[in-house]
Amino acid sequence: MVRYLPSVGMEVHAELKTRSKMFCRCPVAFGGEPNTRVCPVCLGLPGALPVPNRAAVEMVVRTALALNCQIAYDSVFHRKNYFYPDLPKGYQVSQYGETNPIGYQGWLGIPVKGGGTKRIAIRRVHLEEDTGKLMHLPSGGSGVDFNRAGVPLMEIVTEFPPDIESADEARDYLVQLRSILVWLGVCDGKMEEGSLRCEPNISIRPEGSDRHGVKTELKNLNSFRAVHQGVLFEVARQSAVLDRGERVVQETRGWNESTQTSFVMRTKESEQDYRYFACPDLAPMHFEKDWVERQRSELPELPLAMQERFQRQFGLNAEHSGLLVSDRDWAEFFEESVRLGGDAQVVCNWMNADFAKLLNESGQRARRDAQEDDSTASLVTPAHLADISRLILNGTVNSKVAKQLLGEAFATGAMPSRLVEQRGLTQVSDASLIQDAVARVIEDNPGPVDQFRSGKEGVIGFLVGKVMRETEGRANPSLVQEEMRRQLEK
Amino acid sequence: MLTQLSASELAAKLKSRETSAIEVAEAHLARIDQMDGEVGAYLEVCREAALESARLAQARLDEHTDGPLTGIPIAVKDNLSTLGIETTCASRILEGYVPPFDATVVSKLKEAGMVLLGKTNLDEFAMGTSCENSALKVTRNPWDPDRSPGGSSGGSAAAVAAELAPMALGSDTGGSIRMPAALCGIVGFKPTYGRVSRYGLVAFGSSLDQVGPLARTVEDAASLAAAVSGHDPSDSTSLRDSAIRTDGLKNGSLKGVKVGLPKQLMSDAVQPGVRDAFDMALEALVREGALVDEVDLPSIEYGVTTYYVIAPAEASSNLARFDGIRFGAQRTGEGHIGNVSATRGQLFGHEVKLRIMVGTYALSAGYYDDYYVRAQQVRSMMSDEFNRAFSDYDCLLSPTSPVVAFRLGELRDDQMALKMLDLCTIPANLGGFPSISLPCGFSQDLPVGMCLTGPVNSDERLLQIAYACEQGLPWGYRRPPMP
Ligand SMILES: [Zn+2]
Repeated sequence: MVRYLPSVGMEVHAELKTRSKMFCRCPVAFGGEPNTRVCPVCLGLPGALPVPNRAAVEMVVRTALALNCQIAYDSVFHRKNYFYPDLPKGYQVSQYGETNPIGYQGWLGIPVKGGGTKRIAIRRVHLEEDTGKLMHLPSGGSGVDFNRAGVPLMEIVTEFPPDIESADEARDYLVQLRSILVWLGVCDGKMEEGSLRCEPNISIRPEGSDRHGVKTELKNLNSFRAVHQGVLFEVARQSAVLDRGERVVQETRGWNESTQTSFVMRTKESEQDYRYFACPDLAPMHFEKDWVERQRSELPELPLAMQERFQRQFGLNAEHSGLLVSDRDWAEFFEESVRLGGDAQVVCNWMNADFAKLLNESGQRARRDAQEDDSTASLVTPAHLADISRLILNGTVNSKVAKQLLGEAFATGAMPSRLVEQRGLTQVSDASLIQDAVARVIEDNPGPVDQFRSGKEGVIGFLVGKVMRETEGRANPSLVQEEMRRQLEK
Repeated sequence: MLTQLSASELAAKLKSRETSAIEVAEAHLARIDQMDGEVGAYLEVCREAALESARLAQARLDEHTDGPLTGIPIAVKDNLSTLGIETTCASRILEGYVPPFDATVVSKLKEAGMVLLGKTNLDEFAMGTSCENSALKVTRNPWDPDRSPGGSSGGSAAAVAAELAPMALGSDTGGSIRMPAALCGIVGFKPTYGRVSRYGLVAFGSSLDQVGPLARTVEDAASLAAAVSGHDPSDSTSLRDSAIRTDGLKNGSLKGVKVGLPKQLMSDAVQPGVRDAFDMALEALVREGALVDEVDLPSIEYGVTTYYVIAPAEASSNLARFDGIRFGAQRTGEGHIGNVSATRGQLFGHEVKLRIMVGTYALSAGYYDDYYVRAQQVRSMMSDEFNRAFSDYDCLLSPTSPVVAFRLGELRDDQMALKMLDLCTIPANLGGFPSISLPCGFSQDLPVGMCLTGPVNSDERLLQIAYACEQGLPWGYRRPPMP
């Protein structure tokens, strides 16, 4: 049986999170009544002219730098000419050429199992405008909604031949890319709303061959899972085609989410001639070297680098640190809490478990700082978690009490150490109190005590729990454990 | 008669209360009623709106909140977008299209308190040199109804020459303001590319198009240029600090002005009668002190060819939006591509389709480098050559058109001859230079124009020289033989 090696090229389109569209002042938003966010420019009315959105250009420069690209100090917009009902002007303003896109020849690192990263080469990062959306009308017939037309769109394409060699890597690439785009604040990354769209092209070749096979392109993938499943499916389908002695046909295929299969959308008969030429309505862009270097120096630490640092600096494991960098505010919350004296491992555990759960249930998000005035931000600040960490580590409260304190802080914003002072929630470490409580529990639970004495040592947890309940959670659990063992083994 | 007065004369009478903006508008509307059936300059006359804006203008005059052009009527070429007024580009594909916005120049006219009389005829999408490519109307030259007014701003030129408006706006991609101005015996000015906003001008060749004035005097052309020029944030190709000033217009003279005569524009292509009229004008300018010298600009030979690659290439893309989906007229066929090809096939005229095809070809893979890239190289070579000449000369001078107004239909089957008529005017568009045509004499009782071209951003100086020429020429503006 021949083994096949897959190659996956990735073409990702990200709608930029600017306030207004690429070449006009219409607002950028999702949904809404069709054709309510349009003007002469984005409708392509005769005589209307484009004015480029600076913010969008800067976002692409920042992204290109984050993706380790070369920057085209002189870059122009081109017209890509073709007819389609969702394309108002009969051309799309885009960027053509090898070294003309704002960013070119970069790479993105994806984590490798067992540590380290693999570099995925990126060919281009360029800026263009989105098209409108075709829609089927309830009356039959079809219409076009131009609300999306002219929304700034960034295209990120991997190098050929592609470095991505499996469905896992394809998904990991997209996960990393999305996290960087969201991290930089340039895209909201909502695949289900189409603000991040991924079109992988897949080919396979027999092991040992260095000639790349015929590619098929996959569309309609609106989740990481769909990308993973889609690539897996295509690799299997193409392998079966080759095994039958047939040829893979170059075509664009759609992904059917409900059947988890791909289907033919269109066959590429010939390469379409888009007649690219520099758009005469837009002046060439020029970026000063100093300005680009300033943008580079102002880039935030990126999630993968930060995750690695968290592992190095705080001794956190990959999974824990990965959860912390799933979101930039979340990671910054963690660092701030540690800076305020919290223990990294304790803060990390509380953030990823109890705090995350509270946020999830309430639909709130972690706040950036105490001054922030926003009702969707939770009342718990990094200082609260640093405080809880201190109370736990110096033995003032046990984790059960700490959980109550976090709950109260979440509801009222009260500082845990203040609550401890006010209510005497200090952990019971008094030896005689603990001795009495342990003795009572041993007396009241003869069955488990017998079990322990006959060798079932695990039952000690049950007995310790009883003591904790008796002391309303205030007893120091390690002292209770010690005393329990001492009395049982007496 | 009010309609015979220039805009500056009308402005003086309005300010001295000898007449009112309403009287001025009514006089022009009456003359349009009387004469435009014969001339055919207007595609649409906005009678009610004109009278209403005349009333508003008069109120401004009465309140002393008027500007230099308040109450002056104007005609606007029908490829400039006008809010609420049908804008057709003289094409059937845009019939019924009423724009929801004003071109920046139209907003500026309104702010200045000018009175928009109507929209004028043109070659369809400004593609032509005779106005005969209009799909909607025939426009005749006021000097001889059997002759073409020139093009593509033929309607604007004929309206001003026939006194159906004291001034008009046109657009100039390869000579479309200056050429009809010359053939109708008036002044036409194409400013430096970027000094007048293109926002709302229906694009033909975006890197060449420029809006500009047509008038009967240099002074009027200058004041209209001043009113519509200036930086526009809605047009990325608009220049900063680009308002055209008129304060020094009358302060110049021809004494010591260095004028270059491009050798390549004095060729056999120029009709002998045109050549004679031009030479006599030249003698007059020399008598006034101009220093005239012949200059060799070999790249001019490639001007027309270069232009007929770049302009159609840009047009083929600019006109792709006319698909019948969002505006204008529509025809139906099989599927989307069927609808688009039926709409474009049936509603674009022959010349427009020809240029779209030429442009599409020039941009196609395999031909792009040989045509479009090559043409851009020639274009920059030509600009360099002209810029070198401008270090020695204040301006270049030639006849505007190698011929006087030709008979309607005379050149319809000779596309090459028609296209060669732009020989003298095209370099200014390829280089973005300011260029002005003014009447300089007559041949066969038809007007002859001369064309002055200066370096980029020399608009004020060029207008000053043109004004001095106008004053120094023995044969200034003359009325056409009309009642
Ligand atoms: Zn818009």
